[in-house]
Amino acid sequence: MIYEGYIKVLYIDMTTGKIKIENRKDLCEYLGGVGVATKLLEETIRPDLDPLDENQPIVFAIGAASSIFPVITKTVAMFRSPLTGELGESYAGGRMALTMFLAGYDAMVIQGKAKKPSYLAITRNNVGFKDARAFWGMSSDEVGRVIRDREPGGGKRSIIRIGPAGENMVHYASVCVDTYRHFGRLGLGAVFGSKNLKAISIVGDRNLPIKNFKEYFKVYQDIYKKVTDTEIMAKYHDAGTPINIEPLNAAGGLPTKNLKQNVFEHGDKISGETFANQNLVRKMACTGCPVGCIHIGQFRREFDKGHEYEAVSVGYDYELIFALGSFLGIKTSDEVLQLIEPVEHLGMDAMSTGVVLGWATEAFAKKLITEEQTLVPLSFGNTANYIKAIEYIAAKKNEFYTALSEGVEKASDIYGGKDFAMAFSKNEMAGYHTGYGMILGSTVGARHSHLCNGGYSVDQSMKEFNKEKLVDAIFAEEKERCMLNSLVICLFARKVYDRTTILAALNSIGNNLTDEDLTAIGERIYKAKLRIKKALGYDQMSVRLPKRLFETPSYNGQLNEDTAYELIAMYNQKIEEFMAK
Amino acid sequence: MNKCIGCFTCMLTCSGVNRQNHSLSKSAIRVKTSGGLQGKFISVVCLACRDERACAEACPSGALEKRPGGGVMLKPEKCIGCRKCESACIVSAVSYDENENKPIICKHCGVCTRFCPHDCLRMEDVTNDL
Ligand code: SF4
Ligand code: SF4
Ligand code: SF4
Repeated sequence: MIYEGYIKVLYIDMTTGKIKIENRKDLCEYLGGVGVATKLLEETIRPDLDPLDENQPIVFAIGAASSIFPVITKTVAMFRSPLTGELGESYAGGRMALTMFLAGYDAMVIQGKAKKPSYLAITRNNVGFKDARAFWGMSSDEVGRVIRDREPGGGKRSIIRIGPAGENMVHYASVCVDTYRHFGRLGLGAVFGSKNLKAISIVGDRNLPIKNFKEYFKVYQDIYKKVTDTEIMAKYHDAGTPINIEPLNAAGGLPTKNLKQNVFEHGDKISGETFANQNLVRKMACTGCPVGCIHIGQFRREFDKGHEYEAVSVGYDYELIFALGSFLGIKTSDEVLQLIEPVEHLGMDAMSTGVVLGWATEAFAKKLITEEQTLVPLSFGNTANYIKAIEYIAAKKNEFYTALSEGVEKASDIYGGKDFAMAFSKNEMAGYHTGYGMILGSTVGARHSHLCNGGYSVDQSMKEFNKEKLVDAIFAEEKERCMLNSLVICLFARKVYDRTTILAALNSIGNNLTDEDLTAIGERIYKAKLRIKKALGYDQMSVRLPKRLFETPSYNGQLNEDTAYELIAMYNQKIEEFMAK
Repeated sequence: MNKCIGCFTCMLTCSGVNRQNHSLSKSAIRVKTSGGLQGKFISVVCLACRDERACAEACPSGALEKRPGGGVMLKPEKCIGCRKCESACIVSAVSYDENENKPIICKHCGVCTRFCPHDCLRMEDVTNDL
């Protein structure tokens, strides 16, 4: 808690409807965010029970300087992932961090299961357990609207919620935060569903005097200036992350048609430019972020005969255009938005959904599965049928779609086609076929996300391939991001927040840390994560990489399978030494 | 305001500079959506009324003095916390500080305009109307 020497944790028991508050001094050595969340997860996770067992916890945490400096906007969620069975970690922006901060909670731990569908209404002096029976089955959009009308605190409120996919416990169901941000990856939505938890509304309206205004505001201004002066402003605000579609495609790093190709022949039709020219209607920001990278695009839909049209707006960014665009051979920006809409409303992770459907399309072409199972013929570029398939996954329509709802690893266990089931340690791939950095980074990353250590970006910046250097770079970045994520800074601002800036910010609010402290915090967190993974039975050396990665050339040319496994072994060696230290 | 991204930097800096507070609720400018996050952002802030100022007229204790050029200045020692100014302002630009028991009156200092990253807000030069 800012200005206090402890971390304030709100424990919520859905079974009994009881809460408990603990002011934990001991957690300060984890700083906040992912550090505190990892520790709380380690204390409450149940390795002996299924990820969707009601006794598993959901942990949320914000950081030591959340919301009071520019672009420190994220909240971290940790849980046992139903998709991978191991460490679940996901980030979302929106207003959630600000409202937790101004409601006065650094972290929340939610356990148990409500008897009936419920939602939580959290304020600085109360936690309401409320009836959500009538909300069950509603899209994430609809339920947001109803709660907005029911709960007070507009403007100072955050509403996080799941859609039908979360209720049905699709293993990669997402949680929507304030309409346009998500805890997307690894299935937090399913964990909500398993607790009968449809939504949480948080109102933050605390009175919180600034302790040392002069010092604080000086640092605030410096950071504000840095953010608004640097190229991140232009890069992420202008056309946004989709601007990367074009260069990645040109360089042969854009996974296309289930990675049968690394270049999309219609790439220009779904590029950032195209979206900006044809669909973009609005840009938005998470609270406290001057950048505003959220891009909203619009398409027109005929909802009835007789020229009955509506304009539909959905958020889009790079990963969505990859997963529901190039990866499925979708040829126009309008159609990409048409696929994003149901994924969004049903509440699923876009990346996993796209990758799962990519596999299903190829498996269908290879006759591993039949139309009796898929119900509609799947083929690359067929938007209408993909929309149906997305609905079938969310509803677990039949045995086949139930398998799909458990991820591409599970589906290929049953139906075959492992060589083109594009996941790293059971987490579906992100939109970068850039080289060994991406493969190694996603495989060894604590949560198997490309963002654990940014391997895809090492691929794009490393001049000459060198195994030791790559392993070292990924190891160093993984630890550094543990530290950054303990503050929960938006990763787009990671260049603004160098160590000096972080220390200046923390010192100005009375948190006197040193450079060595930051290093130690990063290492402490990484070790705790590795301990949890071990307890959950994760074995780095038994992972299997899909052969497709080595068939289709990458941004850095043809890749060799043996080299990839060698890199994983080298990394494994490294963390064994690290843990023994 | 079409360019507004809803970052709330204006509010956070207003609360910070004028009230030395991290809270959003202490800002004299409020950015809100018209109809949830899918609606447009609008800003609610003192319009700096000239000639006649409804808030000052409603004040029974003379705590709101006319500010040259438009708007009012709060004399905190005269304020009795009756909240009449709050309801008198027809654009709802006066909000109330529950901790201080005083209204939050925009000083027209321009901090919000300096920190708006997308130039949605600006200051205008005005003549003295008093
Ligand atoms: S850059 Fe985008 S995601 Fe990051 S804090 Fe700003 S608006 Fe949110
Ligand atoms: S709250 Fe204070 S300033 Fe407002 S009308 Fe009452 S006395 Fe006047
Ligand atoms: S600072 Fe500007 S862009 Fe941000 S909320 Fe205020 S008016 Fe909108």
